[in-house]
Amino acid sequence: MNPIASDTNEHDTTPTPGWDYSPAPERTPVDLDESYGLFIDGSFRAPKSRKRFDSINPATEETLASVSEAGVKDVDDAVQAAKAAQGPWARLKPSERGKYLYRIARRIQERARELAVLESMDGGKPIKESRDVDLPLAAQHFFYHAGWADKLAYAFPGRTPKPLGVCGQIIPWNFPLLMAAWKLAPALACGNTCVLKPAETTSLTALKLAEILQEIDLPPGVVNIVTGAGETGAAIADHPDVKKVAFTGSTEVGKILARSVAGTGKRLTLELGGKSPNIIFADAAIDQAVEGIVSSIWFNQGHVCCAGSRLFVEESIVDEVVDKLRHRMQSLRVGDPLDKNTDIGAINSAQQLRTIERYVDAGEHEGAIMHEVSSGPLPSKGFWHRPCFFTGVQPSHLIAREEIFGPVLSVMTFRTPEEALTRANNTPYGLAAGIWTNTGAKIFEIARKLDAGVVWCNTYNKFDAASPFGGFKESGFGREGGRHGLKSYVKF
Amino acid sequence: MQSSRNHPVDSVMVRQRAASFTSRSIKTDAKQAGIRLAISMLDLTTLEGKDSPEKVRALCRKAVRPYEGAIDQPVPSVAAVCVYPSHVRTAAKMLTGTGVHVASVATGFPSGQYPLEVRLRDVTAAVEAGADEIDMVINRGAFLAGRHGEVAEEIRQVWQACDGAHLKIILETGELETYDNVRRASDLAIEAVDSAGVLQDGDVFIKTSTGKISPAATMPVSLVMLEAIRDHFLATGVRIGMKPAGGIRTAKSALHYLVMVKETLGDEWLTPDLFRFGASSLTNDLLRQLLKGLTGRYMAMHDFSEA
Repeated sequence: MNPIASDTNEHDTTPTPGWDYSPAPERTPVDLDESYGLFIDGSFRAPKSRKRFDSINPATEETLASVSEAGVKDVDDAVQAAKAAQGPWARLKPSERGKYLYRIARRIQERARELAVLESMDGGKPIKESRDVDLPLAAQHFFYHAGWADKLAYAFPGRTPKPLGVCGQIIPWNFPLLMAAWKLAPALACGNTCVLKPAETTSLTALKLAEILQEIDLPPGVVNIVTGAGETGAAIADHPDVKKVAFTGSTEVGKILARSVAGTGKRLTLELGGKSPNIIFADAAIDQAVEGIVSSIWFNQGHVCCAGSRLFVEESIVDEVVDKLRHRMQSLRVGDPLDKNTDIGAINSAQQLRTIERYVDAGEHEGAIMHEVSSGPLPSKGFWHRPCFFTGVQPSHLIAREEIFGPVLSVMTFRTPEEALTRANNTPYGLAAGIWTNTGAKIFEIARKLDAGVVWCNTYNKFDAASPFGGFKESGFGREGGRHGLKSYVKF
Repeated sequence: MQSSRNHPVDSVMVRQRAASFTSRSIKTDAKQAGIRLAISMLDLTTLEGKDSPEKVRALCRKAVRPYEGAIDQPVPSVAAVCVYPSHVRTAAKMLTGTGVHVASVATGFPSGQYPLEVRLRDVTAAVEAGADEIDMVINRGAFLAGRHGEVAEEIRQVWQACDGAHLKIILETGELETYDNVRRASDLAIEAVDSAGVLQDGDVFIKTSTGKISPAATMPVSLVMLEAIRDHFLATGVRIGMKPAGGIRTAKSALHYLVMVKETLGDEWLTPDLFRFGASSLTNDLLRQLLKGLTGRYMAMHDFSEA
């Protein structure tokens, strides 16, 4: 008998196949007040409107804090504060302006974990995204533009850039803090002052940013943050002392703003909706393209203006792509946004969930086939939608034409590059596009002909402060980021 | 042989995907269970010119009973002991009846730069000596020269010479360099054995490295190989095994690999029948982390047996 064989029985404890992750909640505490005032002229104050609303956690439906709703008088106070602060801010030595921006960037980094947790609590996005995407990029935008503050002459050789004045900035709920950074950083670097309105469902990180602005001693009035809904936004856009309106949000609201600003001499930039095509050729690296699909449509629950919501696959590989997508979907973890292993968090609001459900119903009603993977029950409280995709989609279907802003993908096929192009461009939108091919020449050929502000090649949803972002057609105009983005905040 | 459809690999995205597995948070129970699973998947390896029967016997002891101390829930035995052909008899004798497999490198390991007859004879001798798993190396010279048919034919002949022993096909990815080559070699190896007859789940593994060439196993390279395995499964329903070898030294890194296997192939692959780690120094770090979880304290490395 083998001397060590006798030892084996008690050691034969080989686990059965299978292994699951334990809950991994992010526990960094967030210091939240019960209620927040409006941040005007360097301090928080109660709203003259006397109106308030609650900001809730979409994953639990619990109230996080009470937030002020800025009325017309409050907006006027904010604009007056910004107007008074603008001259001194613009006359400040540019390198000093840069220093303030550097301080903001560093303070965001120092408080990154806390801000990421709050972003996930208030907006529903998974902590791994707020931690690894939103916060680093928000800090990067301030760092990047801090560098431009004293180098504007180099951004526009031979010309003398001057600030515009007070900028009214209205941002969406999908990347709350990041969008605040996109708007504020270039405006401030160029010597403008700002009145910023966060979206009504996601005000809290902007209010935390206001705390940071106090911490770093930003001169009062340079940035004013007024919370509220559509009426507050309208009051900002309509204010005669606002010289520039910058808006990111729906095409519907963008059109209203364009009408209200028309003929006033105000500058306007709009970053609106999209129905971006993601095109996969048969010669692409398929497994990596499938990863690209995942990050193009299921990143941030599909609440992404540049989401690749129309997938065009070359017909010869459509079965393979669909099989792999189904397979890949099984490993996506839907649930608690604060769990570090969650891939898909909560839908931002009850209203947005209803919108998504309406589109999914329409898709099934129009005859497309829905594919989703059920990986355990969803939480009983909160707003949730599993990632899904449709096949058998016709270009005329509602789900192929309209922006859903949710984790819903429409898969269609094409046979030739020409057909792919025609169908990709057959949309009122023109924000972004993706191309997947292993052939370099095809990338240049197709990218050149796509009507899209951003074309990602063999990748998707990559952002950088140095890279301009913005749309064509009904996706808006103006660019944010890079040298192009600065141009929206100066006159010559 | 019929050539499979070309599967190009995009290096940027494959690295990004591989890195994403390392951001999974594996804590508490999942960590303990993952470490036990990883121990059960080890191919405890010694492949040195100075290997002695005594060292091989020590390794076998360690394989059956990785931790000698008192512990509530016993540590599982490892999957296999991997040695040179000249030590197979010693290992086989020690491991009879233990459930731990005897793996032997063969086919002129590590270079494979020998005539085919010699390589095949090497396999037969190892099997006859008692090896029930053969770790072969592919003919990288022929592969890089584009003689893919020749490589495939050699793999088929080695597989036949295995005569029932399981086969692990070492691609030596460090010498193939590109992800495209890794994918092509993976497809080629899988198709070569698949065309030789009906395969059962786990009969054949593909393996990254000999451990003699740097870089050895990396996450992106292993991901590319896992994708080839998954594609073969989706097409045929047969489960090929995977063995990353060399360069995996810490429990943390082993857990990252398990995450990658789970999310690329699924839970069915999380068994020593379908996934192995080729390693030597990894064992004691796994044990150290396992005991840290049980006792709350890190033990000194000298508390664990070498070998």
